[in-house]
Amino acid sequence: MNEAWKQALARVPELLAAHVQISVSALALAMIICLPLAIWATRSPRVAAVAITAASLIQTIPGLALLALFYPLLLGISALVGGEISAFGFLPALLALTLYALLPILRNAVTGLSGVDPAAKQAADGLGMTSAQKLYYVEAPLAAPTIMAGIRTAAVWTIGAATLSTTVGQPSLGDLIFAGLQTQNWTLVLAGCLFSAALAISVDLLLGLIERGIRERRRILAGIGMAIIAAGLLVATLPLMIARDNIVVIGAKGFSEQFILARLIGSRLEEAGYTVRYRDALGSAVVFQALSAGDVDVYVDYSGTIWTNQMQRTDSQSKTEMLDVIADWTSANHEVKTLGALGFENTYAFAVRPEDAREKSIKTLDDLARVSSDFNFGADVEFLERPEWRMVQAAYPINFKASRSFNPTFMYPALASGEVDVISAFSSDGRIAANNFVVLEDQKGAVPSYEAILLLAPDRGDDDAFVAALNPLIGAISVANMREANYMVDREDDKKTPKQAAGWLNDKLKE
Amino acid sequence: MPISGPSICLKNVSRHYGTVRAVDSVSLDIAAGSLVALVGLSGSGKSTLLKMINRLVEPSSGAISIGDEPIESVDSHILRRRIGYVFQNIGLFPHMTIARNIAIGLELAGDKDGHADRVAELLDLVELPQEMASRMPSQLSGGQQQRVGVARALATRPGLMLMDEPFGALDPVTRDNLTDQYKALHEKLGLTTIIVTHDMAEALYLADRILVMEGGQIKADATPAALLSGNVGEEAEALVAIPRAQAAHLIALSKPS
Repeated sequence: MNEAWKQALARVPELLAAHVQISVSALALAMIICLPLAIWATRSPRVAAVAITAASLIQTIPGLALLALFYPLLLGISALVGGEISAFGFLPALLALTLYALLPILRNAVTGLSGVDPAAKQAADGLGMTSAQKLYYVEAPLAAPTIMAGIRTAAVWTIGAATLSTTVGQPSLGDLIFAGLQTQNWTLVLAGCLFSAALAISVDLLLGLIERGIRERRRILAGIGMAIIAAGLLVATLPLMIARDNIVVIGAKGFSEQFILARLIGSRLEEAGYTVRYRDALGSAVVFQALSAGDVDVYVDYSGTIWTNQMQRTDSQSKTEMLDVIADWTSANHEVKTLGALGFENTYAFAVRPEDAREKSIKTLDDLARVSSDFNFGADVEFLERPEWRMVQAAYPINFKASRSFNPTFMYPALASGEVDVISAFSSDGRIAANNFVVLEDQKGAVPSYEAILLLAPDRGDDDAFVAALNPLIGAISVANMREANYMVDREDDKKTPKQAAGWLNDKLKE
Repeated sequence: MPISGPSICLKNVSRHYGTVRAVDSVSLDIAAGSLVALVGLSGSGKSTLLKMINRLVEPSSGAISIGDEPIESVDSHILRRRIGYVFQNIGLFPHMTIARNIAIGLELAGDKDGHADRVAELLDLVELPQEMASRMPSQLSGGQQQRVGVARALATRPGLMLMDEPFGALDPVTRDNLTDQYKALHEKLGLTTIIVTHDMAEALYLADRILVMEGGQIKADATPAALLSGNVGEEAEALVAIPRAQAAHLIALSKPS
């Protein structure tokens, strides 16, 4: 087995356990909600109509969007009850997945219960059964196979959708898929897919066995299925029983530079005696809130992101002034300590192919504006919605022929292949230099500064050992080194893992 | 065999569905131990009248008592446990063995022991072999299933049996057999039985009193002999005419020409 597989497999047990925990919890909660609701629905057609319609509507919301919606909702609720609820990780994932599991369970339970032979129900009434006895002796057993089939469908859906819970900070097998996709490490993607598919298939088979046991009234079959599921659950929850104190959670957004910096921070903290866990591929909006709530202990953000997203500022300031304002703001409003800038910038930079730059003499954003009506624009998925894009449009008369959104992984190849003519690149990305792309000058200073800054959770700001372990990183990473490290992870040949790149970067730190 | 079944009394009993009067102010006394047939066309209200006695249908107005006890004096499910109920669609529980189907009333009543003995006794009573006890309902023929239906209704030793076209869906031979055997059972156990049927021939053969219903009212109330002799109203006459004509035709056929 090669190194890539060894590294991927090493992460599987923990992530698989977390995946099982979140899926089973969501499924159990969905059953607790649906089964009484279905009983009520079979006794009232109006309730049935409303409940099924609502569940169907929820089903039309894409899974990722549903997860994203729960995040602000929980933040709001958390603010109402005084911050006792965490909007990060388990809870939003649980709620979104539960909603997702409602429809198949509810629909099958209603179908099963209302499909019970009317003669059997009349006989039950004639024999003098109470409503509860009728449910227990007649309706529930006769509807059980259909209900079980619904639970089975819901289980497969939930296990699949649980891979998305990575984005709200709940560990799952999706961690492998998201990290692998960003760093083009297909072994990771494959491992994540294989294990979540294997989990879904095994659960489907076991629930199918239970369903068959119920349908054919063979208790032994149902018993075997349940025993194996119970054993699997026990194994999956064992890690929970082992107490783990003082674990440092290191956050990372969904791109290579963040993965590398998280490993760099992690290795230094481990040397200082801390136990660390990584939460990769967190949404940009999620991670800062998670830090201020203490769910994440440390992560790297960018001054411009805090400036525009968190502080809602639209003006431009000089780099140093901006850092001071941000440090004051985070500590005053969120008790978040800004430890300092790492020494490089990762700003939005417009990049074109070298031949275009040469032949059409494009050097600045003004030059770009001149040719923009002939140019196709490739942006990363969030850029077109970001304030920076509006700031650029306000400063330069840019009007592209067409705009498309890309995952960063595919944006650079799209420019190289001529699919688009200009992209919103990241200035520290190694693929700019590797492709000889030309970065255009923002001579009017429309895009704010994006200095990489190290942010600490409220509890960690006063942790001297913690701060001491990370202080050497401040001002120690040059943009050239960051690009090199990023390229090690992003390139196709002789690909390095984020951890290996972090090791290389650690050796290159400026004294 | 002493009579153990109760008498039944209905006073001005009506059941309305919107503006439709399914049962229209019926008053009736049924003597303990009698076997009464309710005969009428579809929609005449006979089935609704029957179901009001065990409160599967609640009367819109009027009073019903069994023995001397008004039927509202206990919860409906308690009332139904004291009354045997058999209907055309049988309604055996497909997920339970025949034995458990028969004993389910005892289970509901909270009897823990003696189920097996009682099931054996009931299988004998409805003339089913003992090995049926462990079978599932789907393994039985329609006639066998309705024998189980009768056994289930009799399990808790009710005095009153309500039967809603119990043999209507069975083939003629099975039906004739069961009708015969039920009549014997009725006498042996001293039951009070009310049986709903649309078949006048069955009613004439089985019952000792026949009530003819039409439009929610009782149009004729007579013994089979009195019905056959005529002068009990045109509704009854129309129903009696059918078996009478059939009998005459059969006699004519069997005579050498």
